[in-house]
Amino acid sequence: MNTEKLELFEVFIRSKRGLDHKHVGSLHAEDHEQALEYARDCYTRRSEGVSIWVAKSNDICSSQEDDAESFYDPSDDKPYRHATYYVLPDPVNNM
Amino acid sequence: MNESTQAFREHPEFASLKIVEAITMTISQEENFMRKIENEEKIEPKDWMPEGYRKNLIRQMSQHAHSEVIGMQPEGNWITRAPSLRRKAVLLSKVQDEAGHGLYLYSATETLGISRAELIEALQTGEAKYASIFNYPTLTWGDVGAIGWLVDGAAICNQVSLQRTSYGPYSRGMIRICKEESFHQRQGYEALLALAKGSPEQKQMAQDSLDRFYWPALMMFGPHDSESAHSAKSMEWKIKRETNDDLRQKFIDQTVPQIEVLGLEHPDKEIKWNEERGHYDSGEIDWEEFYNVINGNGHCNRQRVEHHIDAHEEGTWVRDAITAYNVKKNAKKAQNAA
Ligand SMILES: [Fe+2]
Ligand SMILES: [Fe+2]
Ligand SMILES: [Fe+2]
Repeated sequence: MNTEKLELFEVFIRSKRGLDHKHVGSLHAEDHEQALEYARDCYTRRSEGVSIWVAKSNDICSSQEDDAESFYDPSDDKPYRHATYYVLPDPVNNM
Repeated sequence: MNESTQAFREHPEFASLKIVEAITMTISQEENFMRKIENEEKIEPKDWMPEGYRKNLIRQMSQHAHSEVIGMQPEGNWITRAPSLRRKAVLLSKVQDEAGHGLYLYSATETLGISRAELIEALQTGEAKYASIFNYPTLTWGDVGAIGWLVDGAAICNQVSLQRTSYGPYSRGMIRICKEESFHQRQGYEALLALAKGSPEQKQMAQDSLDRFYWPALMMFGPHDSESAHSAKSMEWKIKRETNDDLRQKFIDQTVPQIEVLGLEHPDKEIKWNEERGHYDSGEIDWEEFYNVINGNGHCNRQRVEHHIDAHEEGTWVRDAITAYNVKKNAKKAQNAA
């Protein structure tokens, strides 16, 4: 099969009601409908999911790991955003 | 006239059959929905749900979202006047978190088929409510501590319980929010503890803030179960998992030792441990005040909504600029493609 003409899709599966859809992998397909069926055949052969999302990989905009430093750096010097930063007396330390 | 009406006109005997079929389908959908609820399964956005369930959720979730957003005002009032750079950075971070909580909740509400614009409109016209606690003014720095400790503390009681709500997106939003809330309560308590252990004037400031915020914090749990308009149905649908009075009792119980550690006086003179119930007995809330504030007559009701409208209008040029930029960008793309 010539997969070059096919588009790449990312597949996300909700394993159980109440949980988030989680990225499980990708596949080639000719359109969204086919991608959904291929995803079912490929990723949920053992009832791994109750709901599938597919999205064209090209439509996904992502940050790059190389950018991580400038992207997340400003958070590193803000330890006060964490609950553990605050030292409280023992009897009330459970809040 | 569509095909089926045409067919029914020609064969009226089938029309009633079609109606019976439609009714049976609704019943089985409803049964299917209730079965999920009973089995502790979450309802997800594309599932069939009764109209009442959807409406009830939109009301509760949007009210929650509005509270996060309006709640930034009383605390934001003190950002420029925080007593040290450290306290200022902490408060700024806390208020920033609340903006994020508003966003999580608006987005989750939008999965029910209502737009952000409609939600904001309802807040600004007064059709939708927000937690009435935010209609109280923050008069002193002590109030910022009292809000983090008591108001976020009461919100946490409620939100921990809502992690088990039956609507998936709401439940997941609550789990995320709860992870961020502990810092809010601890920073508030720490700030108040510093005052309570300080000079007599500082200690008095802490006491005064506790006195003013304690009762309104208890009111955050809403009317007594016997008076609560939406409670019964919300409990049946598992939108709410614990009643107003049960959650309030939890908060009352956990707050007593916290007041003791501060070395302050409890604002409720009737507070007393009840061995038999395993809970504290407490004095009655001033419900007249509660309904007064809810009905628009608190200290800051008008100011809060006006400020929201002003901020929204002042932001118009930003939204316009984004739209104009998108139009330009798309035109350029189209040109390059041609
Ligand atoms: Fe909150
Ligand atoms: Fe919040
Ligand atoms: Fe908070």
